[in-house]
Amino acid sequence: MSKKELITFVEEQVQVTDIPDFKAGDTITVTYKIKEGNKERLQNFTGVVLQRKGSGPAATFTVRKISGNVGVERIFPVSSPFIEKIVVNKRGVVRRARIFYLRGLRGKKARIKEKRV
Amino acid sequence: MSGIIGKKIGMTSMYSEDGKNLPCTVIEAGPCVVTQVKTKETDGYEAIQLSYGERKEKHTTKALKGHFDKAGVTPRKVIREFTRFEKGHQKKFGDIIDVSIFEEGEYIDVVGTSKGKGFQGVVKRHGFKGVGDKTHGQHNRLRAPGSIGASSWPSRVFKGMRMAGQMGNKRVKMINLQILKIVPEKNLIVVKGSVPGPNGSYVIVERWS
Repeated sequence: MSKKELITFVEEQVQVTDIPDFKAGDTITVTYKIKEGNKERLQNFTGVVLQRKGSGPAATFTVRKISGNVGVERIFPVSSPFIEKIVVNKRGVVRRARIFYLRGLRGKKARIKEKRV
Repeated sequence: MSGIIGKKIGMTSMYSEDGKNLPCTVIEAGPCVVTQVKTKETDGYEAIQLSYGERKEKHTTKALKGHFDKAGVTPRKVIREFTRFEKGHQKKFGDIIDVSIFEEGEYIDVVGTSKGKGFQGVVKRHGFKGVGDKTHGQHNRLRAPGSIGASSWPSRVFKGMRMAGQMGNKRVKMINLQILKIVPEKNLIVVKGSVPGPNGSYVIVERWS
């Protein structure tokens, strides 16, 4: 086995694979664990996926939502043990893999067309 | 002490139970063969010699081939000697040592040859700050070492003065690296943190206890 194959082999062993398939433009809800002192509770974060980045255990995704009048973005590692579950609420139609243009848009302009299934 | 010869495969990362992303190095360790046992009577000290990797027959000298024939194995690439090997691991000719001598979670040392950086100045090699400003009349002293000693006394430069010279490409030992994972069927050890040398270089994984 080559070096690269061995690295991939190790990465596959630690990677989390049971997350749903989603991409930029989709609206998702991430349920993640928060530690406060020694208590643990769950919190939801619902928003639009801006990008998926990286590969293997280093892969992350960015979710953006408008809270109040302020845009809030969170970056989650895909394999993080803090992520309880991910639900895909809406499939969006976008033309690129990274939709950073959404940051400059507000209100009606920031809508994303929903994918017809 | 117990130890094994291995090969640095490369780096990746994995998550600990408390959610931290840990950098880790994958090492292909063993299986190694005992090719010689040195004893006090015959050699003046006690040690065992381990061999690892594959060496092509046509690249093996007759002397080496004879040495491996004695242990009854095909020619191996790397030969290293381990002194003060644990009593429990006292081995004989042709015995095989693999990753099962280690356990997940324990702390080990890794010895390797660091990446060569060539002839480097004091700023890169010893972390000197360089001399003064870049501008304001300053001329070509930016990365100079500055003074290396006083004049009339001692009239010489002290031994061990840090100066420019060869950096890297020397034996380096990383101590107390935690074993995060062991994959026995593929002879892999995953340790937390980095290990000296480029990918594909040979390292010694050892435990002193």
